[in-house]
Amino acid sequence: MPNTFVKIASITVGAGGAASIDFTNIPSTYTDLCLKLSTRTNNTGLRVRFNSDSGANYSWRRLLANGAGSFSDSNTTFGSPYNTFLYFSMQDTTSDTANTFSNGEMYVPNYTVSTQKSASLDSVAENNATTAYMAMQSGLWTGTAAITSIALTPDTGTSPSFAQYSTATLYGIKNS
Amino acid sequence: MTTAIEVNCETGEVIERPLTADEIAANEAVAAQAEADRLAAQAEAETKAQAKADLLAKLGITAEEAKLLLA
Repeated sequence: MPNTFVKIASITVGAGGAASIDFTNIPSTYTDLCLKLSTRTNNTGLRVRFNSDSGANYSWRRLLANGAGSFSDSNTTFGSPYNTFLYFSMQDTTSDTANTFSNGEMYVPNYTVSTQKSASLDSVAENNATTAYMAMQSGLWTGTAAITSIALTPDTGTSPSFAQYSTATLYGIKNS
Repeated sequence: MTTAIEVNCETGEVIERPLTADEIAANEAVAAQAEADRLAAQAEAETKAQAKADLLAKLGITAEEAKLLLA
């Protein structure tokens, strides 16, 4: 029977929040990875890096929409350093409805192959207003090593912060 | 916020540790770049607005009159 969606690890941010969430020593025994997020941060975007690679080895494109309209852009819209991470858009922030958390999922197929890795990311901000956003994103990391770590950091300056009760759960998927 | 959370997926061990000096420096660099980008965008917008105002003055028309011409 297929051994799908095995929980590898889960993190719940405690009192005081956290500047970053890192999954390390990810085993290579699955075919795909799936990261589920429920977050509230101090920026609408999260930076996602694999294997601590902070080089210009990432590209991404996203489609954004809210109650008023839609548009798309990519890492080239923003230039450097937005080519040094995948961008996980539309996290709930302190400007969204109090005590709400965004939902997000990142799926990385074939994360152990020795070629570049693709990823799909989707997310919705929970906000009781017409400007609640949703985002669908594609991403590419040119690293050829198996993914063994995933780091998440809010895209902000000196004080990136995940709010208490934000959660991140990493699943491994096997196709056999 | 100076705490990072790491979970070791092999052992399940969760570590909450202070940010390293390199990580703090990286965050400060991000903030500095963001501020520089903001200032550059602001300067560009101000330059464009001034150029527009100068052109209107040169033509001797108002912004509303310019809109009529372009409508």
